Amino acid sequence: MDNAGAGHVPFCSSAPVSDRGEPREFAPEPACLRYECKDVRLDGRYSSRPLQFQIRALSRPALLVLADGTSFDGVALGIDGMAVGEVVFNTAMTGYQEILSDPSYARQIVTLTAPHIGNTGTTDVDLEADVVHATGLIVRDLPSVHSNFRATDSLEGFLAARGVVAIADIDTRALTRHLRDHGAQAGCLMAGPGCDVTTALAAAKEFPGLAGMDLAREVSCSAPYPWTAGSWTLGDDQAPPAPVTSAADAPHVVAMDFGVKKNILRLLVDRGCRVTVVPATTNADAIRALQPDGLFLSNGPGDPEPCVYAIRTIASLLEDRLPTFGICLGHQLLALASSAATIKMKFGHHGANHPVQECATGRVMITSQNHGFAVDADTLTESLAITHVSLFDGSLQGIRRVDVPAFGFQGHPEASPGPHDVQGLFDQFAELIAAHRSAA
Amino acid sequence: MPKRTDIDSVLIIGAGPIVIGQACEFDYSGAQACKALKEEGFRVILVNSNPATIMTDPAMADATYIEPIDWRVVERIIERERPAAVLPTMGGQTALNCALDLDREGVLEKYGVEMIGAKPDAIDMAEDRDRFRRAMDDIGLATPRAEIAHTMEEARAGLESIGFPCIIRPSFTMGGSGGGIAYNREEFEAIVARGLDLSRTNEIQLETSVLGWKEYEMEVVRDTADNVIIVCSIENLDPMGIHTGDSITVAPALTLTDKEYQIMRNASIDVLRKIGVETGGSNVQFSINPANGEMIIIEMNPRVSRSSALASKATGFPIARIAAKLAVGFTLDELGNEITGGKTPASFEPSIDYIVTKVPRFTFEKFPTADNRLTTQMKSVGEVMAIGRTFKESIQKALRGLEIGVSGFDEPPMPRGLADDATEEEFDTALERELREVRENRLWYVADALRRGWSRERVHEVTAIDPWFVNQLAEIIGDEQALRGRSLESVDAHQMRRLKRDGFADARLASVIGTDESAVRTRRHELGVRPVYKRVDSCAAEFATTTAYMYSTYEQVCESEPTDRDKIMVLGGGPNRIGQGIEFDYCCVHAALALREDGYETLMVNCNPETVSTDFDTSDRLYFEPLTLEDVLAIIDVEKPKGVIVQYGGQTPLKLARDLLAAGAPIIGTSPDSIDLAEDRERFQQLIEQLGLKQPPNRTARTEEQALSLAAEIGYPLVVRPSYVLGGRAMEICQSETELARYMREAVSVSNDSPVLLDRFLNDAIEVDVDAICDGTDVVIGGVMQHIEEAGIHSGDSACSLPPYSLDEAVIAELGEQVRAMAKGLGVIGLMNTQFALQADSSGGWTVYVLEVNPRASRTVPFVSKATGVPLARVAARVMAGMSLAEQGINDVAVPDFVSVKESVFPFAKFPGVDPVLGPEMKSTGEVMGTGRSFGEAFYKASLGASVEFPTSGTAFLSVRDQDKAGIVEVARRLSAAGFSLMATAGTERAVSAAGLKCKAVNKMQQGQPHVVDHIKNDEIHLVINTTDGRQAVADSYYIRQQALGRKIPYTTTLAGASAICAALTSGPDGPVYRLDDIHGDVASGAA
Repeated sequence: MDNAGAGHVPFCSSAPVSDRGEPREFAPEPACLRYECKDVRLDGRYSSRPLQFQIRALSRPALLVLADGTSFDGVALGIDGMAVGEVVFNTAMTGYQEILSDPSYARQIVTLTAPHIGNTGTTDVDLEADVVHATGLIVRDLPSVHSNFRATDSLEGFLAARGVVAIADIDTRALTRHLRDHGAQAGCLMAGPGCDVTTALAAAKEFPGLAGMDLAREVSCSAPYPWTAGSWTLGDDQAPPAPVTSAADAPHVVAMDFGVKKNILRLLVDRGCRVTVVPATTNADAIRALQPDGLFLSNGPGDPEPCVYAIRTIASLLEDRLPTFGICLGHQLLALASSAATIKMKFGHHGANHPVQECATGRVMITSQNHGFAVDADTLTESLAITHVSLFDGSLQGIRRVDVPAFGFQGHPEASPGPHDVQGLFDQFAELIAAHRSAA
Repeated sequence: MPKRTDIDSVLIIGAGPIVIGQACEFDYSGAQACKALKEEGFRVILVNSNPATIMTDPAMADATYIEPIDWRVVERIIERERPAAVLPTMGGQTALNCALDLDREGVLEKYGVEMIGAKPDAIDMAEDRDRFRRAMDDIGLATPRAEIAHTMEEARAGLESIGFPCIIRPSFTMGGSGGGIAYNREEFEAIVARGLDLSRTNEIQLETSVLGWKEYEMEVVRDTADNVIIVCSIENLDPMGIHTGDSITVAPALTLTDKEYQIMRNASIDVLRKIGVETGGSNVQFSINPANGEMIIIEMNPRVSRSSALASKATGFPIARIAAKLAVGFTLDELGNEITGGKTPASFEPSIDYIVTKVPRFTFEKFPTADNRLTTQMKSVGEVMAIGRTFKESIQKALRGLEIGVSGFDEPPMPRGLADDATEEEFDTALERELREVRENRLWYVADALRRGWSRERVHEVTAIDPWFVNQLAEIIGDEQALRGRSLESVDAHQMRRLKRDGFADARLASVIGTDESAVRTRRHELGVRPVYKRVDSCAAEFATTTAYMYSTYEQVCESEPTDRDKIMVLGGGPNRIGQGIEFDYCCVHAALALREDGYETLMVNCNPETVSTDFDTSDRLYFEPLTLEDVLAIIDVEKPKGVIVQYGGQTPLKLARDLLAAGAPIIGTSPDSIDLAEDRERFQQLIEQLGLKQPPNRTARTEEQALSLAAEIGYPLVVRPSYVLGGRAMEICQSETELARYMREAVSVSNDSPVLLDRFLNDAIEVDVDAICDGTDVVIGGVMQHIEEAGIHSGDSACSLPPYSLDEAVIAELGEQVRAMAKGLGVIGLMNTQFALQADSSGGWTVYVLEVNPRASRTVPFVSKATGVPLARVAARVMAGMSLAEQGINDVAVPDFVSVKESVFPFAKFPGVDPVLGPEMKSTGEVMGTGRSFGEAFYKASLGASVEFPTSGTAFLSVRDQDKAGIVEVARRLSAAGFSLMATAGTERAVSAAGLKCKAVNKMQQGQPHVVDHIKNDEIHLVINTTDGRQAVADSYYIRQQALGRKIPYTTTLAGASAICAALTSGPDGPVYRLDDIHGDVASGAA
């Protein structure tokens, strides 16, 4: 195994590997400085904005060991420590911050195949949840300077501040090919002094795997709360918009939070919905008490099968003919509540370039995907119709109840990151709600 | 929706000759389109005037026409072939404009031909700048504030609201032709006048400049069912203000957050829908304000483009191939993605796990008087692409692939206008100017500024290059600086690996450390630091692929998985430049295809993204790598080929031949020693003497004094040039000792290692090119081409005719015998090109002089192959692999019944101020071929193909040098007989009038007004014949040629050219059109 990455100090330095960042020898500037930069505006006037060049060095060792014994040496980003989880890869070329904060990545260590990660820094605006849910991050290169007018921090600062263990400078393509050929598997990331393969391998082997693991309950909110923000538009970073006040007669959507991404909630608000987010374990009667016009089943991590509490709730509410829309884990739960079964995939779908075909129209949409479990198409009951299939592997991507107004989508129509091609599903949900209300 | 069944045949229009802004990327797209439609069972009809294209090979289309791309000619083709549809989106702006002409002139309607791929209205909306703006307004996308003008007055009025700097863009042109950035009124008037003239619709747009904003491109594909995908995003390292073709660009976009990227993605899709691009690939260009993300749309191209070729190579997604299938009714989901072996559909967006960098290649050294500032009009002639796992690796690989004598961020020359003893402060100011005023080598000055301790902030402020890129460059330079003063031995394995991971070439490390490249390589190997090869798979390794499209990098796992088959490696030609372009790529492709057919595994190495050779389909395995010794040796190490072909890629691989051989590479074909024998004047002279042949008297000089004394021995005029050059670089004709002395002082740096060659120039000689193949035993003459211009004009710039139009059988046979003797004497295995000069002797016969011999593929190989129907490059590739001519059944190449003329195409219109006179240094960018029953017909078509249309009546202006006075009389007589009025300068007028022809005398410029240029400006002259010699005379007539060029008045600077024009006067655009199989008759048998 190549050991070159272990002490990623400037090659000119003969200093031993140390556990603190050393400035590159050639950096004449102070470690961090601000300066004013003029930008020509369309109307010819000038505006100024601060830009930031930060200098840092990567010099702490890090190690990734997979449960099958494969190991990679690299350098540490983020904090020193150890992280254990299922190692997966994501081929999206943009949106690392959205990915890291997506609750669906709970207990997963995510490898990003795009080689430079961190180019645009980070901003709280782009968080899909208030905390980073991925257990760890694996990248090929984290540039020492980020550049984007939206950035408020570097990715490294972000990882450190949020206590994330991460590794850089490894052959991420080799790792991805390994995962593709051998399937997603447990792994252990160690960062900082004292990295050691034996400990890491033991930890990786101890990881029980995601099958049978009910993670939705862990990442869900603990109490109901209203959501009032709409979608991000250019300019929001500088001056955040005021919360949306729903009209008194706005349709009320109750979103069951299995690890919901903020952008889902924003898209619901965009469509004029009053949104209440409730914990995953909320029972049907408690939801009925909120007098919902629609039920939303969120995305989330882990295996849907152990979420029997949610499946029971959903099945009960479906009997009310309440308009229901499920995304990802929510879609799988809708299937389970409709007596179908789910399966664990070899390495799942994780990317922002997956073509999905709408069966009724033949239309192809490029979607964001992030799932390791899927609805088993062979187990669909008569009450379920297939609405979407993946053009990559023919797997099932969307279902619809033929008897009640409910549908689910395996990919991520809320994107963030990824293409917006499937956002029409939110309109479809809004229409179902409207029809339901006018019929009532 | 499946394939359309209501159409059975499709006419594909090619892009014509290689010009700045339109290069071999359209051969790549056209060839893919032909293949794609043929495999779906369509009858494919093709028109392209460029013989050096793979798409015009006989097997590519069902009916191929090498004819001018002019709607009148294409109408004849439509009349004969009756295609059901025409596909105009594969041949660049040329094809699009031709299709619009066909539509406007009612040809499509008359013959019931449907335009597929893009409808006339969509093309019009995308290309008409005013309509485009309004369309963008409709969908809520911002465009730069702009004014449309059709006259100078309108333009001046528009300027009032736009202000300076003002960007001027003509409608319906490509490569930003005629456009530019005006900083003051004088520049404004000049650019507007040129732009109005060049626009097909006399329309220009004046735009507010968004200089310094970031520039992006999106490559988009849409199908009839309205499915849309983004194949690739491209970010320009150079901010707005520089034509994207001249910008350094990077894929994927690197400095956008997902939120911004999706805004751009959605906008791209909206644009395609609004413009109504029904099917196929389009390119949409955006500009973004780095301060607040504000986005404006710059333009869109409703066709495949140079960027789509780049995107195809960058991602592995074959845009043109897919676009062709979409045009005939398929939808994206019905098509497979070839690179994954069809395992995934074409309806996905490629994900890439590497960084691609494209760097343009310029040729300003050929046009020393051209303005080399980079603006919105494209000026580069080629490009190199490199793939690396990081930006640093990628850009450093790209730089060494450029072949401009740099191996990375080499130290640039002194900033312009700086004395040797300049102070530090003066230097700093001059450097800042190099960074602000963008010229072709700005990137190296950026690096140098960082090297000199400029802060990243200052570099960003001055250049507006994004801080992300500035920092990456700063880190490269930082590592370089830290390495300085170190010894090679002190670099350990870890450090060496880090440097190589960042893309440093062995040669660059050697120059920084102060050692030589081979020492670095040896040390690197000792340390066990070697590259691995990763695959381009369009999916970031998500799916397993079998396609072997590879690039080198320094990582842990190698994916090359070499086989143990017999392999032949073909080294390509690198970036296009004047003197080395598509002709060499054509040869490389043929070598790969032929040897693949013969059961070899073929390996292609090249770094030019525009080419067919870098299509992953062309060879079994493609290494997209710079053509440097380091990179080629590393591949040989891994693959262990049975043979390496170096004689097909032009000078690029030839330069490596010796070192490759020394490193043990199995070079097949003519040995490097034989190549050297042919290129080394002194050794070659011995051979010529041995064989009893003649050369013009010649000498080799290593100092100025030596040159002057040797020149006296052989006499003036002289052709002088440095040894080992291609394309006649720095080649001149010296009439006197003064001129020679100036040349030795100013034009070349002469030394022992690079001597200067002096050849006696043969006045009034006819130049002849002969291409031949030798297998060591037999020699087959492929074609004999008689130049139209006299000897002294570079063969690449000269028009030529196959068969010769004024030579007798005996002398042609004699040339053949001399070629045979030299081929055997040199030990040629493969192709050989010979240039002869024939001088009439007193007895009415010819004296034959050998000018030069090149034992390698020449620029004329594709032309000869197209004219004769015998695929020379294929035959010679098999010879190199060991199959004799006899075994191939090739004894002879029949002389065709048709005459084919090759004409050259020049970039002068792109370089205002450059004298369009021809000389021994090559200046043409491309060529066309015209074929006819007579020389005149062929020459007419070749000229029309080169966009020169001879007048059929009007006034011809004649002004010739003394030695041409006799010859001009015959020309004048023929012009007069054809109904032309004649006008001439005094001396010429006397000669013409003395012969009893009516001719009006006109003042030369220095004789006072009204003079000839006034007449040209008043549109009173329709044809210019102007020959000169001597530097002074050339300069005097410069304005005449400039005016003729600017006003698109046909002109010739040689008497032979004038005679050829006379021969062409009886032909017109409505003459017969010939299919390749008409020309080849029985010879062809579909073999080429």
